[in-house]
Amino acid sequence: MNRTTLRVAAPAALALTLALGLSACGASNEGGSDSGSDSSLSGTLNGAGASSQEAAVDAWTAAFQTANSDVTVNYDPAGSGAGREQFIAGGVDFAGSDAYLDDDELAQAKERCNGPVVEVPTYVSPIAVIYNLDGVDDLQLSPATIGGIFEGKITKWDDAAIKADNPDATLPDTDITPVHRSDDSGTTKNFTAYLDAASGGSWTGGEVETWPIKGGEAAQGTSGVVQSVANGSGTIGYADESQAGDLDKAKVKVGTEYTEVTPEAAAKVLDTAKQVEGRDATDIALDIDRKTEESGVYPIVLVSYMIGCESYDDAAKADLVKGWLEYVTSEEGQKEAADKAGSAPLTSEFSGKVAEAVKSIKAAS
Amino acid sequence: MTTTDPRPQRDRDAEELLSSLRGNTLPLWAPRVVVGIAATVAVLGALSSLGVVRGVLLGWLLTFALPIWSRVVEGPRKATDRLVTLLVYSAFSLALIPLGSIIWTVFSRGLSVMSAEFLTYSMRNVVGEGGGIYHAIMGTLLITGAATVISVPIGLFTAIYIVEYGDGNRVSKGIRFLVDVMTGIPSIVAGLFAYALFVLFFGEGVRMGIGGSVALAVLMIPVVVRSSEEMLKLVPNELREASLALGVPQWRTIAKVVVPTALAGIVTGVTLAIARVIGETAPLLIIAGATDSTNFNLFDGRMATLPVFAYTSIRFPGVPPEFSIDRGWGAALTLLVIVMLLNLVARLVSFFFSPKGER
Amino acid sequence: MTSQLAPEPAKARRTPTRPGDRVFFGISFGAALVILLTLAGVAIFLTAEGIPGVTASADQVKSGLSFPAYVGPLVYGTLLAAVIALVLAVPVAIGVALFISHFSPRRLSSVFGYVIDLLAAVPSVVYGAWGIIFLAPTIVPFYRWLYDNLGFIPLFAGPPSATGSTILTAGIVLAIMVLPIVTAICREIFLQTPRLHQEAALALGATRWEMVRMAVFPYARSGIVSASMLGLGRALGETMAVAMVLSPALVVTPNLISSTNPNTIASNIALSFPEASGLTVNALIASGLVLFVITFAVNFAARAIVDRRKDFSGAN
Repeated sequence: MNRTTLRVAAPAALALTLALGLSACGASNEGGSDSGSDSSLSGTLNGAGASSQEAAVDAWTAAFQTANSDVTVNYDPAGSGAGREQFIAGGVDFAGSDAYLDDDELAQAKERCNGPVVEVPTYVSPIAVIYNLDGVDDLQLSPATIGGIFEGKITKWDDAAIKADNPDATLPDTDITPVHRSDDSGTTKNFTAYLDAASGGSWTGGEVETWPIKGGEAAQGTSGVVQSVANGSGTIGYADESQAGDLDKAKVKVGTEYTEVTPEAAAKVLDTAKQVEGRDATDIALDIDRKTEESGVYPIVLVSYMIGCESYDDAAKADLVKGWLEYVTSEEGQKEAADKAGSAPLTSEFSGKVAEAVKSIKAAS
Repeated sequence: MTTTDPRPQRDRDAEELLSSLRGNTLPLWAPRVVVGIAATVAVLGALSSLGVVRGVLLGWLLTFALPIWSRVVEGPRKATDRLVTLLVYSAFSLALIPLGSIIWTVFSRGLSVMSAEFLTYSMRNVVGEGGGIYHAIMGTLLITGAATVISVPIGLFTAIYIVEYGDGNRVSKGIRFLVDVMTGIPSIVAGLFAYALFVLFFGEGVRMGIGGSVALAVLMIPVVVRSSEEMLKLVPNELREASLALGVPQWRTIAKVVVPTALAGIVTGVTLAIARVIGETAPLLIIAGATDSTNFNLFDGRMATLPVFAYTSIRFPGVPPEFSIDRGWGAALTLLVIVMLLNLVARLVSFFFSPKGER
Repeated sequence: MTSQLAPEPAKARRTPTRPGDRVFFGISFGAALVILLTLAGVAIFLTAEGIPGVTASADQVKSGLSFPAYVGPLVYGTLLAAVIALVLAVPVAIGVALFISHFSPRRLSSVFGYVIDLLAAVPSVVYGAWGIIFLAPTIVPFYRWLYDNLGFIPLFAGPPSATGSTILTAGIVLAIMVLPIVTAICREIFLQTPRLHQEAALALGATRWEMVRMAVFPYARSGIVSASMLGLGRALGETMAVAMVLSPALVVTPNLISSTNPNTIASNIALSFPEASGLTVNALIASGLVLFVITFAVNFAARAIVDRRKDFSGAN
């Protein structure tokens, strides 16, 4: 035998043995199932999809696993598209998605489920318009102005359109550097959907996941956008409100007044939203009214769904999915996400509808 | 002159002859003095209104006084030599700047979370503060270890085929070319490929650690082959011929003479290959997935790894983001330390096992 | 068994005759076959999944562009970033390798070698994070200086990026990433130069640089090209670091310091893949195929250069 090969492989083998040797003792905080939970649920639940939900799912997972110590929930923040695709292919038990299934996908998903699909909004997050401009900390913007800025038409902070929105502020003549996402994202899709609907034509890019305008600064991920806005000066961008940190957030004009971005104002959007027609009762897909003029409503929101089947072949799996979604959409679960991930909890009026849909999950007969 | 020098004429002639042969030289202290002056200027410049960057640049430019001085005193050949020496030293110092900066960044941000708890806890049921990366450390060691076990034999034997058996024929040229092509597989494509391969056997949505190993092995093999090939080629033919002439079979010649001679270089190549893949994120994200719990089974279920953990912690932090981002840097620091140790081990191995020669 | 598949090696002394030889040859050739199969697998996968993306019409994919219009700027960006990286890295790498092999104090050289190897130990995510939180903001004044003083050159036409997330920054990060790989291989090759050649050169009165030029470089030339290609391979395919650092758009521009930069193929896949579905996925995989082909072509050219020069190299 070739001893030298062994010698070369030795460090690797050593590392492997070391790892396997250590495997006798697991992580110190994983005590096993003796923590005295009397839950009947057990098994592993796999999900994949929107990265926007990741922080909330982390919080839900921790609480759910604590309550049901034999359960392991894995969530892969692979992206909405990947999540929907994997769900349809049968790779994961549930998907997280920043957009509801379109008609093609719905048909495929029904095929996968051998029946109706359960699709419920689980995570509502306001998207803040964040900016970094010396000496200005109470910026107000109308949808048309936001559209113009991100379109690249309004290039100076003392532009007449911005002045009209902020009669009292002293605006410097700095260049505006708009910052957008370089990766495809549900945040971009919801933000452009808002601009498309509400900007009155000053935004021409349509409703898209990929940023359509050449120019401006691009950064990867919500954290990248926040960082770019914070590092530059005269920068403006859009990001999940919970991740915006200390940055100034613009008030957005709704109807005749300027609304501050808060989770509560965002949650109200669900009440004005219309359910997509012609779908099963368990499929709560929402069309948000971006042009709403109702006061106190903040219309730039991201609504993210969890998608599962109404029936699963495996009874244990069905119980698990049901238990999981029940927890996630419960008042307790929504509050957990609001605390730990800064999302807007579902309003009580709305969560009744959602609970109804989740309750229908069962084992295939 | 003649009146003060008591030595005989013969000695003085010999000295004159020698110095005419040697040519003029700069005093031995010349480089030290020039560098000393330049360094002083750089420090003063950095502290003054010039700023660090301009100060250091100015100091660096001053060191070019040495080759210029040398050009005047010693002539062009020595001056070129000194210029090249200066450039080579500069190149090394230049390479140290980003290294220092990166290591400082990682240590200063990662050290704050480092603790026994951080290294022995997993992230199961942890939100906000606390938790650890035990699950990710284990995942990284297992997946990378398996990738090494897969790729080193394949890579080394392929290099042996190319150099020892192929001998420039068409097949070996073709394989060498394909290895070149393989170096160009982007890591994310390797991940997609591994995923597609495992879906064939295990069905949609498969996630297992060994899939990550396969993806990493695809990235690793060409690096191992290329570096081993270069090293094997550099083994002098005289050694092979001497061994063969003594009647040693070729395979024993390869195993006992050729590979041991090249071992130091091969080990360096393998270490580099491991370092190249241990930090890969994209393929592991696709095929090995991520989990908050510890999983020791390469063949079943998702596995957390350090790069994926660092990536997701920094990119998708919860609220408040600080804890998660700190953990991410802690994971990056751990990864860095693991690879440093690996490098050290490889160096010791190659030091103790390579034949004692002129090196 | 596999040895039957192999063509008869040309020279008599290399013909495996003994059983041990046959087995060893079989293992070696088998290993080579595994590589062949893997590569075939990757190629088949890329082609099969990619072709629907190439033939898809413009309105079937998310970008709304035909495939050539979509992938063109990406190819340009990939090459641009890789070329910047190599132009910056290879001279420095050769210098560093020479420093370690021939110029540094002998006793310290292995320590210096270890220090440089540490750069290879840094995971790409860390490079990306370092690039965006440290390098990019730090380098902004330099870009402004380039713009003010050299703005007449199209490369620095600006306006300079306010955050430093430019293709030049990405190129610098890539250069740092490929530096240790190129250095390590060059160093090993420089160290392997026949000692007798070097001593002969020195004995003839050559200065250290002349010795390196006459005895080391000719011997190491193919190795340097090979090392650079290995570096290029990494620079072309690097995904995460570029994705984190760059501020991309779908453009072709020689401008290196503005905030509108061409993206690279690998980074574009990483940025777009998670939210892609349907034919857009195929288009992305097809762009991966294009990257594959580019590397193929680059390697082909490199091999041709190395082979032509082989007569002059010292490796017997």
